[in-house]
Amino acid sequence: MAKLTIDGMEVEVQNGLTVLQACEQIGIEIPRFCYHERLTIAGNCRMCLVEMERAPKPVASCSMPVGDGMVITTNSPAVQKMRQGVMEFLLINHPLDCPICDQGGECDLQDQALAFGSDHSRYDEVKRAVDDKSFGPLIRGIMTRCIHCTRCVRFSNEIAGVPEMGATGRGEHTEIGTYINNALTSELSGNMIDLCPVGALTSAPYAFAARPWELKKTESIDVMDAVGSAIRIDARGPEVMRILPRLNEDVNEEWISDKTRFACDGLKRQRLDQPYVRHGSKLEPATWDAAFAAIAAKVKSTDGSRIAALAGDTACVESMMALKDLLEALGSDNVECRQDGAALDPSCRAGYLFNTTIAGIEEADVCLIIGSNTRHEAPIINARLRKRYLMGGFSAGLIGEAVELTFPYTPLGAGPEILAEILSGKHGFANILKKATNPMLILGQGALMRSDGAAVLGLARKVAEKFNMVRDDWNGFNVLHTAAARVGGLDIGFVSDATLESAEIIYLLGADDYTANIPDDAFVIYQGHHGDRGAHRADVVLPGAAYTEKNATYVNTEGRMQQTRLAVFPPGDAREDWAVIRALSGVLGHTLPYDTLAQVRGRMVQINPLFGGDDSLQKFTWGDFGSGGKTEPGGFASPISNFYMTDPISRASITMARCTEMLLESDKGKTGTDG
Amino acid sequence: MSFIRHHIKTWLLEELVIGMALTLRYMFRRKLTINYPYEKGPLSPRFRGEHALRRYANGEERCIACKLCEAICPAQAITIEAEPRDDGSRRTTRYDIDMTKCIYCGYCEEACPVDAIVEGPNFEYATESREELLYDKGKLLANGERWEVEIAKRLVDDAEYR
Repeated sequence: MAKLTIDGMEVEVQNGLTVLQACEQIGIEIPRFCYHERLTIAGNCRMCLVEMERAPKPVASCSMPVGDGMVITTNSPAVQKMRQGVMEFLLINHPLDCPICDQGGECDLQDQALAFGSDHSRYDEVKRAVDDKSFGPLIRGIMTRCIHCTRCVRFSNEIAGVPEMGATGRGEHTEIGTYINNALTSELSGNMIDLCPVGALTSAPYAFAARPWELKKTESIDVMDAVGSAIRIDARGPEVMRILPRLNEDVNEEWISDKTRFACDGLKRQRLDQPYVRHGSKLEPATWDAAFAAIAAKVKSTDGSRIAALAGDTACVESMMALKDLLEALGSDNVECRQDGAALDPSCRAGYLFNTTIAGIEEADVCLIIGSNTRHEAPIINARLRKRYLMGGFSAGLIGEAVELTFPYTPLGAGPEILAEILSGKHGFANILKKATNPMLILGQGALMRSDGAAVLGLARKVAEKFNMVRDDWNGFNVLHTAAARVGGLDIGFVSDATLESAEIIYLLGADDYTANIPDDAFVIYQGHHGDRGAHRADVVLPGAAYTEKNATYVNTEGRMQQTRLAVFPPGDAREDWAVIRALSGVLGHTLPYDTLAQVRGRMVQINPLFGGDDSLQKFTWGDFGSGGKTEPGGFASPISNFYMTDPISRASITMARCTEMLLESDKGKTGTDG
Repeated sequence: MSFIRHHIKTWLLEELVIGMALTLRYMFRRKLTINYPYEKGPLSPRFRGEHALRRYANGEERCIACKLCEAICPAQAITIEAEPRDDGSRRTTRYDIDMTKCIYCGYCEEACPVDAIVEGPNFEYATESREELLYDKGKLLANGERWEVEIAKRLVDDAEYR
């Protein structure tokens, strides 16, 4: 601990902190541009200058470590003058184009110029101008506005792990860019927009769309992957304008993936805003009554046990609960939330969770990744793994196809036979695992979706047990989900062993990416928000709400129960999903015993007490899961081939389509009709 | 004493005489009444009349969709939507003023960084229906073209007091 005096106050802070952090701890605000608590210290903006006793010159508080007996002054007239001077220097080359700048209204430079700057300018000479640079389809770069804080450079090098940004030139001729005007290939690139303290990097899809003061802010949860990142939905009227990250140290820190951030324009396209009923080969618009009548007629003529339900990747727990209860009332238990056919074992909760927790990754020292491309399946978890790697003393191995992650790993091989070798101790990586204090493994959906998925799961469990990954104080066994709905579905038991083969009525609850074969003569009901694959196959389409349009519960891959909040209302005739099922149950003569959201949630608590708690994690109980059967040869492959399009929302998004075209298919040959 | 003075004034019709004298005086003065609408009184350069959106001399519209007028409008009469134009510049796709809401405070004009939205000298725009008072961008730009000479003159006249 170091004792120092700040503005006459005696404070005691930890050694190794900087003066700026010490000031923050006692609530003194120091203006800054380049300093960011999650990035390395650069000390180049000079905005955080403070006075230190016995120092001949002012010191940059962001890079000055605290020392015993320091006397710091942050509010003297001299400091105010220094800040004014630095601000004047920064504004020399910063254009006064706030009215056309998208950062206007939420700009650090604007705010700090108001709070710490001078009221007039003495600069009459020519201002600098820099050519705009291309950063791909997501980021607009107006580099004349850049103040060279290098936050974006440090972010891409450190957090994103794609060293594509950098500064060229010196002094006034410094320019930030990608050297060769390439699009950024990071899945986290959108975070640079938030990091940029000025309007040099702004969101391209959101360009000129709205001002921060006209937006209604709703705190919610993301469902584009199974991480459950904390997000803020900014809406204007009935339209979601943008999505920003919210701080959650346990999950996403303050980053979100590009899909989370930019896929929101998909919420305005391809929407189902009224019920449809199939007449012949064509789906025709219908009223709710007509759609329910069509379902009721079919249900009446069908044996209750031959009704099946399949839940999709973004189905909320409430709707799955209501659907499960409805099918039970009709006499069927054929419900399934594992639409991709992954061999997840619902009997043991620890067997399908990311038990180490995302924050817990920082304590691991060896990581074995099995059949997963963490970078595409969960960029936030991948960023945590990279953070752990940067802390040092971390090694990773990957079984599966060789993919480009943002941290170095040892490619161990392709298929389950390698896992068996590690288990038997014959493989070299077994020694590394044996020596590790906190080893972890990440089992991807790619390894579980195979026909021998249960055997792979069993094998992974044995590896976890053998290498001391499961202890009282540590659980290194992790299943990485790709769907936000999966863990919630497993938690309320939306699973069965039955197949769809004999089903006559199949209820698709937002299920589009199902791998099971739907019989040609089956009557398909699709309830969801987008006209995607499921709706095309359906005989009756019921319009539901997307995640920004309902108060709904999701459980993330760690088993953290979180809730989304309604930011805008569902379009047209669409309704909240549980309410649609509740209304249908009345028509079918099996009225479900709940009328309000609170009652549905009460029912969820009956099934699983977890839903009565908050978003904290439960203590795991280990069990026996997975089968001991034989594995088949053949390498693991990630289920995600295109990171930008994994669900109906992102598939309907223009921004995501542009990313796919520019980032993933840029090397594909174009024909003369392109564009 | 005051009783007697009061009676003298009353019986000599003093107040009536004073009033009639005033009337007589004005009979020989210059007339202030004007023959509106054929004649019009003078307007201050600061007069806040009907809104107009101005253009630059080269025909480029001034408004850059910064939305400051929308933000400051106390009656919330202004609605703006914007998107990048084909050349990448920031322009409005929609600029509506609900003239039935507007209270003619002139804040929009004050807030505008590029002198695009102005309250011109025109006050004769009464309409037969409410809908006609819901101005869109086309109407406002047309106003600007129609009144540009007067508006520019007024801005110059008023500039030294700003």
